[in-house]
Amino acid sequence: MNSVILSARDVDFLLHEWLDTDALFERPTFAQHSRETVDAVLELAQAVATEKFAPHARSNDLHEPTFDGTTVSLIPEVGVALKAFADAGFLTAGVPEDRGGGGLPTSIISACLAWFHAANTATSGYALLSMAAANLIRTHGSDAQRTLFAEPLADGRFTGTMALSEPGAGSNLSDLLTRAIPQEDGTHRLFGRKMWISGGDHELADNIVHLVLARTPDAAPGTKGISIFIVPKYLVAEDGSLGERNDIVLAGINHKMGSRGTVNTAPVLGDGAHTPGGAPGAVGHLVGEVGQGLPIMFSMMNEARLGVGIAGTAVGYTGYLKSLAYARERLQGRLLGAPPAGPQVALVEHPDVRRMLLAQKSFVEGALALMLYCSRLLDDAVSLDGRAAEEALALVGLLTPIAKSFPAQWCLEANTLAIQVMGGAGYTRDHDVEQHYRDNRLNAIHEGTHGIQGLDLLGRKVLLDRGRALGLLVARITQTAERATAAGGSGEGYAAKLLAMTARLRDVTTRVAVAGGGAEVLAEATAYLEGSGHLVVAWLWLEQWLAAHGKEGDFYDGKRAATAYFFSRELPKVGLWLDTVAAHDGLTTALDPTVL
Amino acid sequence: MNIVVCVKHVPDAQADRGFNESDNTVDRAGVDGLLSELDEYAVEEALKLAEASGGEVTVVTIGPDQAADAVKKALQMGADKGVHVNDEAIHGSDAPATSLILAEAIKKATDGNPELVITGMASTDGTMGVVPAMLAERLGLPQVTYASELTLGDGKVTIRRDNDANTETIEASLPALVSVTDQINEPRYPSFKGIMAAKKKPVESWTLADLGIDAGQVGLANAWTKVVEIAKRPPREQGEIVKDEGDGGTKLAEFLAARKFL
Ligand SMILES: Cc1cc2nc3c(=O)[nH]c(=O)nc-3n(C[C@H](O)[C@H](O)[C@H](O)COP(=O)(O)OP(=O)(O)OC[C@H]3O[C@@H](n4cnc5c(N)ncnc54)[C@H](O)[C@@H]3O)c2cc1C
Repeated sequence: MNSVILSARDVDFLLHEWLDTDALFERPTFAQHSRETVDAVLELAQAVATEKFAPHARSNDLHEPTFDGTTVSLIPEVGVALKAFADAGFLTAGVPEDRGGGGLPTSIISACLAWFHAANTATSGYALLSMAAANLIRTHGSDAQRTLFAEPLADGRFTGTMALSEPGAGSNLSDLLTRAIPQEDGTHRLFGRKMWISGGDHELADNIVHLVLARTPDAAPGTKGISIFIVPKYLVAEDGSLGERNDIVLAGINHKMGSRGTVNTAPVLGDGAHTPGGAPGAVGHLVGEVGQGLPIMFSMMNEARLGVGIAGTAVGYTGYLKSLAYARERLQGRLLGAPPAGPQVALVEHPDVRRMLLAQKSFVEGALALMLYCSRLLDDAVSLDGRAAEEALALVGLLTPIAKSFPAQWCLEANTLAIQVMGGAGYTRDHDVEQHYRDNRLNAIHEGTHGIQGLDLLGRKVLLDRGRALGLLVARITQTAERATAAGGSGEGYAAKLLAMTARLRDVTTRVAVAGGGAEVLAEATAYLEGSGHLVVAWLWLEQWLAAHGKEGDFYDGKRAATAYFFSRELPKVGLWLDTVAAHDGLTTALDPTVL
Repeated sequence: MNIVVCVKHVPDAQADRGFNESDNTVDRAGVDGLLSELDEYAVEEALKLAEASGGEVTVVTIGPDQAADAVKKALQMGADKGVHVNDEAIHGSDAPATSLILAEAIKKATDGNPELVITGMASTDGTMGVVPAMLAERLGLPQVTYASELTLGDGKVTIRRDNDANTETIEASLPALVSVTDQINEPRYPSFKGIMAAKKKPVESWTLADLGIDAGQVGLANAWTKVVEIAKRPPREQGEIVKDEGDGGTKLAEFLAARKFL
């Protein structure tokens, strides 16, 4: 079935013809699964996404959540969709079996999530928050916390939030001010204001489990003084029954450019709007140890950031498919040299429209390959032994800032091109693509902004273990280039270009970062992020080219065309970015902001 | 109560469907197939009844190798076991032959004592809708067809049938055969758990010989109906534009009346 949500054919190609997902089923960790199960699960994801998520994506945007001072109201379709998601088992299908889940490989879950984001990223947001909250409690919580909070999150009775940001602490969480005061009964009482909290209130579930970062009294300044607490909307008794309303309410909701269906809130804790146990203060339960808030949060970071990457990829992907369908139908103009009275041609016949479609294809299919590659590394990390597992983990750590940022930037660019392909129609609200652009624009902001990802990559990730992860990446790129050279044809040229650019990346990295770069080097962190991102995606295009090698048909020819596009039109940009890093000329560090 | 559901594997209506040029039969190999949507309602109704009364649901299909997917889907939705009748001699069978094979398979699966047989109202490929009646006759069961509501009780089954202008309530003694419409329920999705569980559920694979049916009774050569000719649907014609010169409404009504829409 030809969908304009996502391409099942492409997902199948990436998982089976490229990544050899069947090999996972031979490993003990995934032995209970088979090609048949994963195909059925992917079909299920496509069906639920198509029938329950996609139909209300538009009205979720047109009728954004409202807040009357007490209650947040959403359109009813959101709850129906989330129930279908939970009933189908997606909240736990990817949870390891020894933690009560279905044990599906992350690569399959990621592909399923791509269907949901492409269909309706705003509604998907609620489910993903619940999955992340449950995961954190399962990994770091006590047995009682697992039973009382993780289980109801996992079966959809509760939903979750991640309450990190505050009005004064966004990119830099070490400045957060929310206080947590220990109580005699072992709980804490929390006081403070949070900001930007997705899913912070609604009537979708029996209860909401907020995971809140806060500072205990006498805590060390900076990040070491931060702990993480479970703050339920309704207190939960030991037998699981719901009790009093907790002292966490909304100051208001934020009205956003896109992703409107996911209500975004400004919660207030401990203002005395409610007085559980007769006193103001939001009751919180410490997760893990005091002072472990950020390490616990960051232990979930690879998955969380990959999750944002999948959202960006999926929203870019569906925009591509919709603009492509439009370009095949709409007649406009004639080709150069054709008689003026002759019939009009479809948009897709014009070279410049083809350029825009090919660029989109290269970004979104390249990004999907990157998402599934990183997901596969996470699968390898839990299913291979010793060194191989460790290497997979090191590599996915290095690739995570890229996996988060490339889609946020280039699949957003794809959304711009989708609008452009459709001309005036693309700019109207009669078509979906303008919403896709607005929805996707978020992904460069939350879960660590684009700039913060650059700093993470250049200031931290490439330096870890004396550049070990970068070494692993270079080794894998080199192997791919060798196979492409052996395959011959255009593979040889691609391999040579890729190797040359890889050598340049390694060279620049060693000179500026490993040798100890100063503020001027870190000032170019975004250029470094974007340069490595394009290089990595070029590499994965060559991988796809190899997986398509020797195969005939439109689908494979499309893969070859997109590879050709990326290598000729995109890869050369890497040189410019790396030049900027190598020069680190101090333009922005030396700048006097008064001139701006 | 133990329930048998007849399901059919049909070409995906969203894909490019076609016919085999050699014998004018539906091309089942060249396109993706799926469990006929109309049969999902039958499966759902059976699952609901079995959940309420504690019986087992057996799904029966006839078709080539890939028809096993229809059985699998029903098992993933929650049915307990499957029967797949697969024999090259069946290719091209018409409705009487299909009902014969189904009847024998149902008898074998239930030791000759089916309690309740549920079918969809028609297949989405053939759309003849006659197999349920023929099957009931062969099984010697009362047939109540086109149910948009079904209740069981006191050794009988009661259905509601919605017609254009009226609604009928029809009762039959059990055992019986019921065909259901797409108004009767909302079929469930399979779930991840269901997908995992389906791998361990039993599926019997039978041939005509297993059912004691002679190949001469079925198949294209013995069919009572024959597809004589196939033509592609003509491309859609240019629409007629009615210019509104004060009488637009009248012209529109005349247009519709001329085509017997009014
Ligand atoms: C729709 C939406 C949903 C969100 N959901 C949640 C949620 O559920 N939970 C939650 O906790 N938070 C959430 N956030 C908050 C989000 O994580 C923050 O917006 C983000 O971390 C940036 O913080 P800020 O908005 O305060 O921007 P700032 O930190 O003020 O950043 C503004 C700009 O300055 C740059 N900048 C800041 N510091 C540096 C630096 N040291 N070096 C270089 N550049 C820097 C940034 O890159 C950015 O470009 C959400 C935000 C949005 C918009």
